[in-house]
Amino acid sequence: MSNAKTDKPIKKRKVKLEGDLLNYKGVWVLVESERGHVHPVSWELMGQGRLLADQLGVELCGVVMGAPGPELQAQCEAAFAYGADRCYRVASPVLADYRNVPYTQALTDLVNQFKPEIMLLGATTLGRDLAGSVATTLKTGLTADCTELAIDPEDRCLLSTRPTFGGSLLCTIVTLNYRPQMATVRHRVMPMPEAQPERSGLIVDVDPHLVETDVITKILDFVPDDQSGKPQLPYAEMIVSGGKGLGKAENFKLVWDLAKTLGAEVGASRAAIHAGWIAADRQVGQTGKTVRPALYIAAGISGAIQHRVGMEASDCIIAINNDPSAPIFDFAHYAIVGDCVQVLPALRKTFAAYLGKP
Amino acid sequence: MNIVVCIKQVPDSTHIRVHPVTNTIMRQGVPAVINPYDLFAIEAALQIRDTHGGKVTVITMGPPPAAVALRKALAYGCDEAVLITDKIFSGADTLATSYVLASAIATLGKEQPVDLVFTGKQTIDGDTAQVGPGIAKRLNLELLTYVSKIVAVNREAGKIQVERRAEGGVQLLETRLPALITMLEGTNEIRFGSAPDMFRAARAEIRTWDRESAGIEDLKKVGLKGSPTVVSRVFGPTPRAEKAQQIAFDPAAPQAATDALLEKVLAEIPKVGKELERHKVEAGAGANHE
Ligand SMILES: Cc1cc2nc3c(=O)[nH]c(=O)nc-3n(C[C@H](O)[C@H](O)[C@H](O)COP(=O)(O)OP(=O)(O)OC[C@H]3O[C@@H](n4cnc5c(N)ncnc54)[C@H](O)[C@@H]3O)c2cc1C
Repeated sequence: MSNAKTDKPIKKRKVKLEGDLLNYKGVWVLVESERGHVHPVSWELMGQGRLLADQLGVELCGVVMGAPGPELQAQCEAAFAYGADRCYRVASPVLADYRNVPYTQALTDLVNQFKPEIMLLGATTLGRDLAGSVATTLKTGLTADCTELAIDPEDRCLLSTRPTFGGSLLCTIVTLNYRPQMATVRHRVMPMPEAQPERSGLIVDVDPHLVETDVITKILDFVPDDQSGKPQLPYAEMIVSGGKGLGKAENFKLVWDLAKTLGAEVGASRAAIHAGWIAADRQVGQTGKTVRPALYIAAGISGAIQHRVGMEASDCIIAINNDPSAPIFDFAHYAIVGDCVQVLPALRKTFAAYLGKP
Repeated sequence: MNIVVCIKQVPDSTHIRVHPVTNTIMRQGVPAVINPYDLFAIEAALQIRDTHGGKVTVITMGPPPAAVALRKALAYGCDEAVLITDKIFSGADTLATSYVLASAIATLGKEQPVDLVFTGKQTIDGDTAQVGPGIAKRLNLELLTYVSKIVAVNREAGKIQVERRAEGGVQLLETRLPALITMLEGTNEIRFGSAPDMFRAARAEIRTWDRESAGIEDLKKVGLKGSPTVVSRVFGPTPRAEKAQQIAFDPAAPQAATDALLEKVLAEIPKVGKELERHKVEAGAGANHE
């Protein structure tokens, strides 16, 4: 890819499906649940899957896996509310907690039996573990961490777009003559669809024929994370982020001060984290968190593609940068060209006055 | 313990530049490094070897210059290195890459059975996190991804216990060897190589395998030909339809600019106003409630 030029199709490779591959129909979304809790990325994908399925004129199906019980029923109903037409319910005590081998086997068998043309999973620890294993077992293509999914109207192929290495480029990847076309998408990249509780659908029960004694890996314990005090960036409605342009560690305090006045979370670019100015769990971007707040204030951040893909869905982006040609001004809504060390305190005072805070 | 670590040589991301006119990635002159995530895999492997004995073999698929990365791994203390290189491997996606690496590991296993395979969590250039699971599936190894800690290794019983990062917590898993582990970042710190290791690395022989010596059976499964995915387009991000609205900033009166900004935002993006409303201090109420 090193010499690829912008905006030129590399070379359109014809996709020509033959034989059994022609029987692959429908869009699937894995409903990822851990300990009874559905990861919200699954519903985001359901919203996106609905668009793809409508464009193709096919069914949207949820795949619900886990130990038998009322939770699976509730998950199917939620899947319908978020847009699924049908749910495959794969219940077995062996699937109570996520383990690679039984989940891979159950999902691979399901694909071979019902043949979807597209399968979407969240780019979570579970989704990436499972997607890589299922794609290898099925010998099909998988595109990781997509930021955009679309259908090629010419050949009905899935166009998966993701950032590519090197700072400012995106690439669109297609799966040639293999099915299903698999993709993972990170949490918060796609918007959360509105639930429609009155929607319903068809549940198809599938017995995965799994036996616990066949599974070698055992779960001895599970320690849930202590969420208290942890930054909740993906859910924050207001975020103030600082970058390398702050110049030095002390200046990061200006970001914290503004965030405190606003009641906002604090984020950062990777460069600021590498500089050691702030903890790594506050990184926004491709290798950090994806966020979609109402308000995102970026101070001293250049706007590299890896940062951009993590925050460009924000409703309002205010960028402060002393370089009028900084890439962040290409996608921010409001631009202040100036020194963030001067702008941040002024901005804090403005918001403090408006909010009635000191 | 016979341990294999798969690494990749990547361009040092901090030196990558994009040509301002053609938008092409300029790789010339960019120093290459071991994928930073792989260092955690190397260190974890070395620690197991140091405690339980055996050897660590580091392998990579790549062009001949990737030997530099292997030599660096030897300098950290790895015992042996294999470079898997062949023109037909180029253009591989993750499926084709995992096929080549799995074949090479199987070939190593014929010399001496492999107990553990390590990879990094992902690479910084491809960033897919899929090669590890791919190798495990092909070799039928137990797969342990996102491992944050090696808790115990029992070679006699052929068992291993690890902590694995899951979405909402940490799993304590026990499984059987041979297994493949993808190591989470930040879980250890790569050692400084000892002086003897550095001398040894400088002179060490690096085995170089082509398709034949790596034991590749099906040439249709490697390189571009063996890759189900292709890149169909590379492009720069599109600017928003409307350019950012510029707010004039005069350092002499900074708050004039920020006041004007807030006024505009409130008028134009109601969602922000609504959000701010929730953070307003009630007149007379005093303290805020965050
Ligand atoms: C595989 C990969 C993954 C990556 N993942 C991420 C990711 O998840 N998140 C991420 O953020 N990055 C990521 N990066 C790094 C990314 O490419 C950029 O290097 C990084 O975002 C730059 O951070 P920055 O904008 O803070 O620093 P810089 O690029 O150094 O930019 C600093 C900016 O501050 C401005 N500035 C300087 N002084 C001032 C001042 N006094 N007042 C106002 N502005 C000033 C400058 O004009 C400049 O625009 C990744 C890179 C790679 C290769």
